[in-house]
Amino acid sequence: MTEVSPATTVLAEVHEPATDARTAARAREVFVAAGARRDSAFTRRRKRLRWPLGIYTTPVAILVIWEVLAEAGVLGPAYAPAPTAIARTAAHLWQQGVLGPDLEISMRRAAIGLGLGLSAGIVTGVIGGLLTSGEHLFNGIVQILNTIPILAILPVMIVWFGIGELPKVLIIAFGAFVPMYLNLFAAIRGVDQRLVEMARTTGAGRWRLVTRVIFPGAMPGFLVGLRFSLAYSILGLVAAETVNANSGIGFLITNGQTYLQTNQVFAGLVIYAILGLLADQLVRALQRMLLRWRPGFEAA
Amino acid sequence: MSTASVASARQQAGALIDDVVRRFGDRVVLDHLYLTIAGEELVVLLGPSGCGKTTLLRLMAGLDRPDGGTVEVPARRAIVFQGDRLLPWQRALRNVTLGLHGPDAEQRARAALGEVGLAGRERAWPKELSGGEAQRVALARALVAQPELVLLDEPFAALDAITRRRMHDLMRALRRQHHAAMLLVTHDVDEAIALADRIVVMSQGRISASHPVTLSAAEREVSVSREDLRAALLADLGLANH
Repeated sequence: MTEVSPATTVLAEVHEPATDARTAARAREVFVAAGARRDSAFTRRRKRLRWPLGIYTTPVAILVIWEVLAEAGVLGPAYAPAPTAIARTAAHLWQQGVLGPDLEISMRRAAIGLGLGLSAGIVTGVIGGLLTSGEHLFNGIVQILNTIPILAILPVMIVWFGIGELPKVLIIAFGAFVPMYLNLFAAIRGVDQRLVEMARTTGAGRWRLVTRVIFPGAMPGFLVGLRFSLAYSILGLVAAETVNANSGIGFLITNGQTYLQTNQVFAGLVIYAILGLLADQLVRALQRMLLRWRPGFEAA
Repeated sequence: MSTASVASARQQAGALIDDVVRRFGDRVVLDHLYLTIAGEELVVLLGPSGCGKTTLLRLMAGLDRPDGGTVEVPARRAIVFQGDRLLPWQRALRNVTLGLHGPDAEQRARAALGEVGLAGRERAWPKELSGGEAQRVALARALVAQPELVLLDEPFAALDAITRRRMHDLMRALRRQHHAAMLLVTHDVDEAIALADRIVVMSQGRISASHPVTLSAAEREVSVSREDLRAALLADLGLANH
C-alpha cells in the first residue's frame, strides 16, 4: 500500500476499507428516533433496573448501611440509633401527644415569620426594583443586613424581646426578608431592556409594562429568592428554637440532648429535613407552573 | 453630494426629518440629515453597517432624542426590530395584544395574526415558533394598532433566503391592506429593490443619494432597468467594481 499511484488509491478506497487512518476519517454515526431502535428484552429490563430510585439512590443506600451497622452493633444506640429505631421513637412521641403540638408550634412560627419576611421582602423589593428612590431607601440597609449572620442577631433579639414568641418569629422573618429583597431587586433590574424598550414602542402604558413585561421577566429571580428565603427561614427556626424555647421541634431536640435521648434528637432532625424538602418541592412545583415559557425548561 | 431636501409641503402623514444632528461623544453619527416620507410611501434606507441607519430609526421611534434639528412623526407608529423581541412568557396572541386596549383587542390581534399567516398559532409560546414565524408575530404586533408610520429595522436580516422572500411577498400583501408610511432599514440591495417605492442611500451621517423606484413587480424580479438600479445603488455604496 505504500507505492500506489493516486488512481489506485481511489480504487483501494472503494473496494476495501484500508488503513486505520482512513477508516477513522470515514467513520459514521447514525441517529434514529429514541424509541425506534428495538432493544432486547434484557437491555430493556437492565435500563429499567439501573436507577429505580433516581436521585434518592444515595440517601436510601446510606439509610440501609446505617440500619445494618446499627443492628450489627457497630454504631451504639446512644451514638447513632438505627433508622427504624428513630421512626419508632417518632411514632411513640406522636402517640404520647408530644410531637403533634410541638410540630404545630414550629409550623406556626415558620408560617408567621415567613409571611412577615416575604411580605416585607416583596414590597420593598418591588419598590426598590421599580423606583430609583426605592433603591436609595432600601438597598444600603439590606446590603448591611445581608452581611450579618442570622445567628449573630439572635442575642440582640433576646435582649430586646425576651424569650417569647416574638424574637423567634422575627428571626425567621429576617431570614426570609433579606434574600427575597436582594433577589427580587436584582431580578427586576435584570429584565431584558430590549423587551422594555419594545413594550414602550407598542404604546403599552406603565401598568402593562410592569404587569406584562417586568413582573413576568423577574419571575425566575423571584423564585430563586423564594427558595433562599425558605431555606434561611428554616435555619432561623432551628436557631430560635434551639437556643431558647420550651416548645417546638428545637425544644424536642434540646430536650433529647439533655437526657441523652439520641433517638429523639434524630427524630427532630428528620422532621427539619422533611420540612426543608417540602419547601424545596413547593418552589419546584411553582417553577414548573410559572416558568413553562422558558426554552429548555423541560430539561430542568 | 447631498441630494435630499426638505419637502415643500407638510405631509398629511409620514415623517419629516429636518436638519437632524446626533452625536455620541466626539463621533457625529447623523450630520444635518434631511429625509421626508410621504403618506403611504415605503422608503428603504440603505447603507453599510455602522453608518447611522439604526440611530436614525431610533430617533424616529422616539427611543432617542436628537442633538439638533427636529424629528416629526405620527403619534401612531410602530417598530419592528431586528430580532423578534417577543415576550417569551406570553403566548403569540398576548404578545400581539401588548399595546392594545378595548374589548375587541383580542379579536383584532387574531385578525392580525391571520393576516401574517399564523391563524391557529395564537396559543403557541415564542420558543415553539420558528425564526420566520416569530418575526411574523412581531410584524402582526406592529400592524395591529393600525399605525400611520411603520419603522422596520433590518427585520428580515436574521432569516434564511427562502423565508426572506416569503416575508417580502407578505410585506407587499400587507401594504395593500395597511395604508401607512414605512421606513425599512436594510443593507440588502436586493431586498431594497424588491420592496421600495424609493431607495435612499446613507453615508457619513447623511442621505447621499435617492432613487425613486417605479418598476413593476415583474421588472423588480428581472429586467434591464433593475440591473441599472442595482448597479447605481452599488456605486452609491462604494461597492462598484467596474
